[in-house]
Amino acid sequence: MTVSDMNSKDRTRLIQIENITKIYGNGQNAMKALDGVSLDIHQGEFVAMMGPSGSGKSTCLNIMGCLDTPTSGSYHFDDVRVNSLSRNQRALLRKQFLGFIFQGFNLLSRTSALENVELPLIYRKIPAKQRHVLAMEALETVGLAKWYHHTPAELSGGQQQRVAIARAIVGKPKILLADEPTGNLDSTRSVEIMEMMKKFNREEGITVVMVTHEPDMAEYADRQIFFQDGVIKSDTLMEGQSC
Amino acid sequence: MLIRETIFLAIRAIRRNVLRSSLTILGIVIGVAAVISMVTVGSGATQKVTDDISGLGSNILHVRTGQGMRGPGGARSSADAFTMEDLTAIRNGVAGIVAVAPNSQTSKQAIAGNSNWSTTVIGTTNDYLLANNWPMKDGREFSDNEIKAGGAVCLIGETVKEEIFGDESPLGKTIRLDTIAFKIIGLLEEKGQSNFGQDQDDVVMIPIKTLQRRMAGNTDVDSIIVSVKDGVSTSSVQSGIESLLRERRGIKQGDDDDFHVRDMKEIIETVTGTTTVLTALLSAVAGVSLLVGGIGIMNIMMVSVTERTREIGTRLAIGALENDVLLQFLVEAVVLTSFGGLAGIVVGLSAAALISHIIGVPFVFTPGIIITAFLVSALVGMVFGYFPARKAASMNPIEALRYE
Repeated sequence: MTVSDMNSKDRTRLIQIENITKIYGNGQNAMKALDGVSLDIHQGEFVAMMGPSGSGKSTCLNIMGCLDTPTSGSYHFDDVRVNSLSRNQRALLRKQFLGFIFQGFNLLSRTSALENVELPLIYRKIPAKQRHVLAMEALETVGLAKWYHHTPAELSGGQQQRVAIARAIVGKPKILLADEPTGNLDSTRSVEIMEMMKKFNREEGITVVMVTHEPDMAEYADRQIFFQDGVIKSDTLMEGQSC
Repeated sequence: MLIRETIFLAIRAIRRNVLRSSLTILGIVIGVAAVISMVTVGSGATQKVTDDISGLGSNILHVRTGQGMRGPGGARSSADAFTMEDLTAIRNGVAGIVAVAPNSQTSKQAIAGNSNWSTTVIGTTNDYLLANNWPMKDGREFSDNEIKAGGAVCLIGETVKEEIFGDESPLGKTIRLDTIAFKIIGLLEEKGQSNFGQDQDDVVMIPIKTLQRRMAGNTDVDSIIVSVKDGVSTSSVQSGIESLLRERRGIKQGDDDDFHVRDMKEIIETVTGTTTVLTALLSAVAGVSLLVGGIGIMNIMMVSVTERTREIGTRLAIGALENDVLLQFLVEAVVLTSFGGLAGIVVGLSAAALISHIIGVPFVFTPGIIITAFLVSALVGMVFGYFPARKAASMNPIEALRYE
């Protein structure tokens, strides 16, 4: 089964990247992070982007996450051309449709797990009571409901990342973008996190795009994309994975 | 973002660094406290002066020769003195008057037996007591005959009595002023200090005619005191006196008066004007501290924004708009300076209460200045917090997320 086969299936295309490049700096210091990458991602996919450091996988993820803009080429998210959006419009897109998970968890320190999870809802202007209920539900799904009043310093790395996942999914995003989500965790915790992401992908239908350099973690994905020197070297649908 | 959450967030961010936050707002606290205490004590001083002068009688007009004086004790010009005929003309020609009293003053040694005392001698009539609402303690006022003929009789103030006669009753005794022996016919009620610090009881009153004839050797009246009836406007009486005196003194149309009618209001304005200018000046100096405090706020907010770069990146990634971040840091600065303002108000009012108590002026609570001080401190936060907030809001989320 190839990627093009899957395109023929009746699935909504969520991300359409066409021949994008990304150049950092200019003149002699110019560094080409992406050199003509084209890529489609459909709703419900679980994609792992792999490759050595500096291969462009993180840059690609940042562009998908509307955190960065490509130097050339076009990027459509849900048929919206992101290139032509203003900084603020891109922020609105993030707010409504995207959930982020970072390698370093990026939870607010000295702030309880519950409040961390509530944060995206505050920006969505959801009233306090409802916010509280939704955040507790999200913590429940990552198995941390009992820990809601603990601050990140009082939680283990795995627990912190689970709080971060709860924060990412509490707003019911269309797509979950994870940048090395298990990079700071031991293998047992890593497996927990991956199982959890897999569960959200399967049960909630949330599209997941994950950057990782650990092949074990990439095994959880339906599709593995390898980057090298700013281009896609291979793009494979995994055997035995149902779509 | 919801404003309640933003304020809550700001308070929490401030509480995380209580010591640093307190030191940061110290400039604002001192600035606001200084302005508040200056203005409050200044208002107290103004009110004391106003009360004191009003206590002299707000319905009294002073007519003097020369141009208008700026404040009490100014120089007299060489304009012609008034005469008793002027007083008669005023009494008959201007409506709404209770009393018109001449006032010619000189300094003399008062001697009785072995005692002598340097005092102020006022040549006047009984109207002087009426105009100044000054009752007798003992004895009697001048008789008509004594006033007309210039009798050698006098009324003495409490201080003169104390200094010369001690506990004895002075009535019927004589004191000498220069070489003239005056019979004491009355003792004046104690009046205390004037607002310019003069002892008003250190006085000997004699009939104006006696002073003119036997001491000055002329018919001059230095100044005239006019007491206006209750319910009659002093300004209408003032203009009545002015036109009458212009006519009597032969001042042509268009020429300046060579005399001046002042009411107490004018004296109050002159004195309070000085206090107000001083207060404003001191407050302006204190206000500079607010500016310095504002720069301190900006400095610390810049540090805070840099420290929290990763937090800002995270917020931007998970859904904060630029304006949400801008608002967050702006509100933090405003909350910070508002706390400073509140603390400054408390400190300033306490200081003002203490200073007022020490220097003996009333404590005047001015709600306007409290509100202004609070609003100004909030404004300082807004102005000086804007630049750091702008810096936070315009961060590149990717770089901010990577920031170590």
